[in-house]
Amino acid sequence: MNAVEMGHGSGGTLMEELIQRIRSVFSSSYLDQGLDSAILPPVDGKLAFTTDSFVVRPLFFPGGDIGKLAVCGTVNDLSVVGATARYLSSSLILEEGLPLETLDRVISSMAAAAREAGVEIVTGDTKVVEKGHGDGVFITTAGLGSIREGIDLSGALLSPGDVLIVSGSLGDHAMTILGLRESLGFASALTSDCAPLNGMIKALLDSKAEPLFMRDITRGGLAAVLCELAALRAAALEVEEDALPLRDEVRALGELLGIDPLSMANEGKILVAVRESRADAALAALRAHRYGRDARAIGRVVALGAEGVRMRTSSGGMRRVTRPYAEKLPRIC
Amino acid sequence: MAEPTRSPAHEEFRRRDLVLSLSERIAEKAEGLGPLRIMHVCGTHERSINRFGIRGLLPGCVKVIAGPGCPVCVCPVSDIAAARKIAKVPSVILATFGDMLTVPAPDGSLQSARSEGADIRIVYSAADALELARSESGREVVFFSVGFETTVAPTAAIVASLAGRPQKNFSLIVSNRVVPEALELICSSPELSIDGFILPGHVSVIIGSDAYLPLARDRKIPCAVVGFESVDLLAGILDLLEQIRSGIAVVANSYSRAVLSGGNAKAKAFIAKVFEPCDAVWRGMGVLPGTGLSLRSEYSAYDAISKFGVKVGTEDEGVPEGCLCPLVMTGQREPEQCPHFGRACRPENPVGPCMVSDEGTCKIRIEFGDAG
Repeated sequence: MNAVEMGHGSGGTLMEELIQRIRSVFSSSYLDQGLDSAILPPVDGKLAFTTDSFVVRPLFFPGGDIGKLAVCGTVNDLSVVGATARYLSSSLILEEGLPLETLDRVISSMAAAAREAGVEIVTGDTKVVEKGHGDGVFITTAGLGSIREGIDLSGALLSPGDVLIVSGSLGDHAMTILGLRESLGFASALTSDCAPLNGMIKALLDSKAEPLFMRDITRGGLAAVLCELAALRAAALEVEEDALPLRDEVRALGELLGIDPLSMANEGKILVAVRESRADAALAALRAHRYGRDARAIGRVVALGAEGVRMRTSSGGMRRVTRPYAEKLPRIC
Repeated sequence: MAEPTRSPAHEEFRRRDLVLSLSERIAEKAEGLGPLRIMHVCGTHERSINRFGIRGLLPGCVKVIAGPGCPVCVCPVSDIAAARKIAKVPSVILATFGDMLTVPAPDGSLQSARSEGADIRIVYSAADALELARSESGREVVFFSVGFETTVAPTAAIVASLAGRPQKNFSLIVSNRVVPEALELICSSPELSIDGFILPGHVSVIIGSDAYLPLARDRKIPCAVVGFESVDLLAGILDLLEQIRSGIAVVANSYSRAVLSGGNAKAKAFIAKVFEPCDAVWRGMGVLPGTGLSLRSEYSAYDAISKFGVKVGTEDEGVPEGCLCPLVMTGQREPEQCPHFGRACRPENPVGPCMVSDEGTCKIRIEFGDAG
């Protein structure tokens, strides 16, 4: 038996074998409780709770895979609201015929990412669909975290002059996936930025940066996050095109394919807003971490009460930045 | 990654110091000249102008307006209806560019034909469509050919290749348009009052800057063939202002790194070999004589319209009620002046054709807006 069969979802012994296979990789005492729900110890303070589904194609790509993505995505969603990520669930939808070796790689990768992030996968589910009704494997994770006291990253305290910082190069994930799908040879040097950012974010929160707003930059890219912030706080934001951290390959692919780096998806980047006097502290804290080495200040809050995002272009002109109306690349995460 | 670096290839043509000095020179040149209307006729130009924020770098008296520069936008309802009819023939696979799928038409878009069961596939070129015909020998593959000279040339080369290696299950709906002849008609329209043309760089690579000589010589309209970077655009506009000031209209080639005066002889030969001029409807603009192309008789076996016996309307059915696309395409209105713009008409649910393609003025304006 080398591949997933319909029987693996039947509730019988085949399914039990599959569950054991997964459980042994995730290795959590809560999973070993063998109950219908994981029973977790009490937590201090407020809870943060989030969920996300992952359908990326292809399943494996330079810098990551669907398993790593599924763990990091949920860990990051918890982290950017100021929560300490603690527990994850994992629901797998497997397509009949998926090689078990592929499944092993995916769940090993989930386990490795969870170890790096210091979170535990404490509950899970597995379903099997007929061949042709899925695409190998789809994963849904949910995450629980506890919120640190006294932290407000909602941007409620934003004021004119505040500095906008991105934690590193933009578009690496989107262009890695695109390069792979379209077999664009010159994109082969790229790797996805998929990473658990809780360590970096903790370092930032522990520093003197006192961030006022934080969000991970995923689908829709930086443009979407900037527009969300502008709408949320009725803020006018201005960014500098020349300040955007972009790898040469990403810039070149964007040029070639007419994709604006502002709208490219990322899986390991955040946008942070801080007071101008705290910008150096924020940059230093981010750059001291491996996932924030290329952090840069990219713009400012210019006014409140007039919503909009503008960008000073490399050429010196001004353009508006709008929310991308649709992801140009389907199934990117 | 150390410090992020800029790739050098095109950055030279976006240098801020050059852009700002060109912008100053344009302001000097424009001083004392009345309001000027400079028209470009290329969706990629509109995209670049928005992307670099060019309009904000020009003096108030120089207005750059977007002409009919999007082949998807000008494709008439009658051709879309013909494509729908042919696509619904059970043996047919209709192959076309992705943008064509969602162009709204009264009887429905190609997308709606697809949801009704028609087999419509997205291709990137006529070569892809021919490849499809070779691999699907039991089916009829029909390429819905839309585009200006830039896309006409490779399509012509593919059709010409069929002389040596016929492909019985392959044919084309030819809805291509040519640029210079259309420009002559546009500038003869008194309500447009064009003071200069920014000519399309890509098209000109094929046809050459000399193709526009009649515009400058006979119509006395200043012309500049222009590339797509910020320095290109401003250098082209400066060229036009110099002509306007001197009162001598010529065809300046501000994109000489890509465009030759005679164009690409081989490409032009392919076009002339395969196609002949015909009258054509431009959506919302009516019939423009001599601006279309049809297959020459030697290649008539590849004409899908006669092959499937479809009737194609010759009238311009225009655009939906209230849609200002025809006025936007001729530079008489800004997209923002249309009551549908950004409300009923959005990229995810276009009312008019200019909201569909990445080359369409309305879609570009939604995306970039005008930060001035």
